[in-house]
Amino acid sequence: MQAFDIEVVLGKSQVLNGVNFTAKPGEVTAIVGPNGSGKTTLLRAMTGEIPYSGKVLLNNKNVAGLKPWQLAALRGVQPQSTTIAFPFTVLEIVRLGLTAGLSAAEKELPLRALEKVGLTGFGNRMYQDLSGGEQQRVQLARVLTQIWRPVVDGAPRWLILDEPVASLDIGHQFTVMDLTRDFSARGGGVVAVMHDLNLTAMFADKVVLMDAGHIAAQGSPQSVLTDANLAQTYGCPLPVCTTPHDGTPFLLPQARHARVT
Amino acid sequence: MSLTIEMPKRGSLPVDRRVQARQLTVILVALLAATSVLSLAWGASGTSLWGALVDLAAGRELSRLDSIVLFDIRLPRLCLGILVGASLAVSGAVMQGLFRNPLADPGIVGVSAGAGLAAISAIVLGAFLPPAIRDLTGNYLVPVSAFFGGWGSTLILYRVSTRRGQTSVATMLLAGIALGALAGALSGILVYMADDNQLRDLTFWGMGSLAGATWTKVLAATPIVLAALAVAPFIARGLNGLALGEAAAGHTGISVQRVKNISILSVAAATGAAVAVAGGIGFIGIVVPHLLRLATGPDHHSLLPNAALLGASLLLAADMIARTVIAPAELPIGIVTAVLGAPVFLWILLKRHGAMGL
Repeated sequence: MQAFDIEVVLGKSQVLNGVNFTAKPGEVTAIVGPNGSGKTTLLRAMTGEIPYSGKVLLNNKNVAGLKPWQLAALRGVQPQSTTIAFPFTVLEIVRLGLTAGLSAAEKELPLRALEKVGLTGFGNRMYQDLSGGEQQRVQLARVLTQIWRPVVDGAPRWLILDEPVASLDIGHQFTVMDLTRDFSARGGGVVAVMHDLNLTAMFADKVVLMDAGHIAAQGSPQSVLTDANLAQTYGCPLPVCTTPHDGTPFLLPQARHARVT
Repeated sequence: MSLTIEMPKRGSLPVDRRVQARQLTVILVALLAATSVLSLAWGASGTSLWGALVDLAAGRELSRLDSIVLFDIRLPRLCLGILVGASLAVSGAVMQGLFRNPLADPGIVGVSAGAGLAAISAIVLGAFLPPAIRDLTGNYLVPVSAFFGGWGSTLILYRVSTRRGQTSVATMLLAGIALGALAGALSGILVYMADDNQLRDLTFWGMGSLAGATWTKVLAATPIVLAALAVAPFIARGLNGLALGEAAAGHTGISVQRVKNISILSVAAATGAAVAVAGGIGFIGIVVPHLLRLATGPDHHSLLPNAALLGASLLLAADMIARTVIAPAELPIGIVTAVLGAPVFLWILLKRHGAMGL
C-alpha cells in the first residue's frame, strides 16, 4: 500500500503537506504522533473518507479507479468508534462483514471472528448495551469477517485500523495486537494509527512518526522511537530504554515532580 | 409455528431473528388477508355483505346494490388502502434507514407536505397547462407531481440535516417543521385560488381519507407504488450497512451514494403516490417499522416487506374504524392514525431519552 504526495485541506488549514507513505504486506505499520499531527487524517485520506490530492495505490492499483465492492474485497477498515442507529445484535453487526467480502458462503465466520476478539457468547447481546471497548472489538470482528483470509489468489489483503486499542483494557490490547501480528504473519498487511508508543514498539515492524502534517521519521521501532525524535515531536522528554533480552525499545515517562535529572 | 416472538436474552442460546422474521411474514400475510375480508364485509351499509361474500364464494349472482357496494365502493377502497398503507410504512422504514433514525417519517419531516403542495398545485394550476400535456399525463398528473414534490423536499431535508455523513436529528426535525410550514402556507394560497370544483377535490387533503377511492385512483397509484416497493430488496443491504455510518458502510463495499439516491427516489415515489390519492395520513410510517424492529430486529431484508404487509393491515383497520365509529358519517382516517400513532411517537421519544444525539 503506497500513498504519494497526499495533501489534505480541511477548512482553511492544510492538515497534510505532501505525505509519502508506504506499508508492506507481511508487516504491521504503525502511524504515531501527537494530537493534531495528521495521523487519522492520513488514514482517512488513504481510505477515501475525506477528499485529498495525491495518489493512493493498493496492491499497485490506483484506489480511485476501484469500485466500493472491489475495495471491500481488498481491505477492511475499522473506524475509531461507531454508534449504531438501530437495535442490532452483536452477531447481526458482525454479519454485515460477511456480506461484504469474498466469503459470503462461510456462515460460521462471524462466530469465529467473535471468538478471536474474545467475545464468545456475545452474539445475541444488543450492541448498544455493550461497553465502548466491547463495541470496538465487535467492529474488529466485523472487519475480520470481511477479510478473513490475509491472502487471496496470491494478493495480500489489508487491515486498516484507527486506534484499535483506544478504549481497551490491557489484556484485550494484547488480544487485538496479537491479532494484527497474526494477520501480517500470514501475509496480510496491517496499517494502524496508534497512541500507545510501548505497544507500538512491541508489535510494529515499521513506525511512521507524524508531526504537524508531515512525516518526521519512519523505519523500525528502534530507529524511530528515540529520545531525540520523541522530545521534538511530543514536546516533552520521553526517555527511551531497551529491554535487556531483545533490545525492544520502551518508554518510561516520568512526571515533572518525580523526574530524575 | 408460534405466535409469540422471542426477544433475544442475554446469554441465551443463539436466536436467529431472521427465522423469526420469516415466520412473522407468514403471520402478517394471514393478517392482511383477514383484514381485507373484514374490510370488504364491514361498512356503513351494514353487515349484509357477509352474505354477499358468502354468495360470491359460492358462485351465486349478487344483487345489484350489493354488487355496486362491493365492486365499485369497497373493493377500490380496499386496494387503495393496501397501496397507501404499504407505501406509508415502507417509505417510513426506508427514510429511517437513510437518516439512521427511527423518528424520520415523511409525514413528520415535511416530505408529505411537499408532496401535498405539488399535488394541490397540479389540481389548481393543472387547468393552465397546455391541453397536449394534460392529455399526455392524464390521471398521472397529480401523483407524478406529488412524486416530484416529495423528491424535492427529501433532497432539501437531506442536504440541510446531513453533514459529512452524519445526520443531525434536531436539524432534521426542525428543517422538517420549516419545510412543512412553507409547503402548508403555499398550499393555503393555492386553496384560495381554487374554484369550487377544485375545492371539493382539495377538502380531503387536510386530514387524509380513503373515501374518494375510485378505480381511476387505484390505477394511477399502482405502478408508482409498485416501482417504489420493488426496489426495497436492492437497498436492504445498503440500509443495514448505513446503520454503521456512511464511511463504514462504504468500507463494507456498499455504493453509498447509489443507496441514498435510490432510497430518496423510492421514498418520494411511495409518499407522493400515497399523498396524491389519500392526502396526508400520519404516523403509519413511524409506528409500523418501530413495532417490527421491536419484534424481529432492524434487518431491512425482512423489515421492508413486513412493513408493507403490516402497514397495509393497519391502514385497513384504521379505515374500518374511521368509517364506522360515527356511521353513516365518516371520520378522516388521518385522525384515527394520529390518535393511535402520536402516543407511540411520544413513547419512542421517552424511551430514547438522551440516546443517540437527541
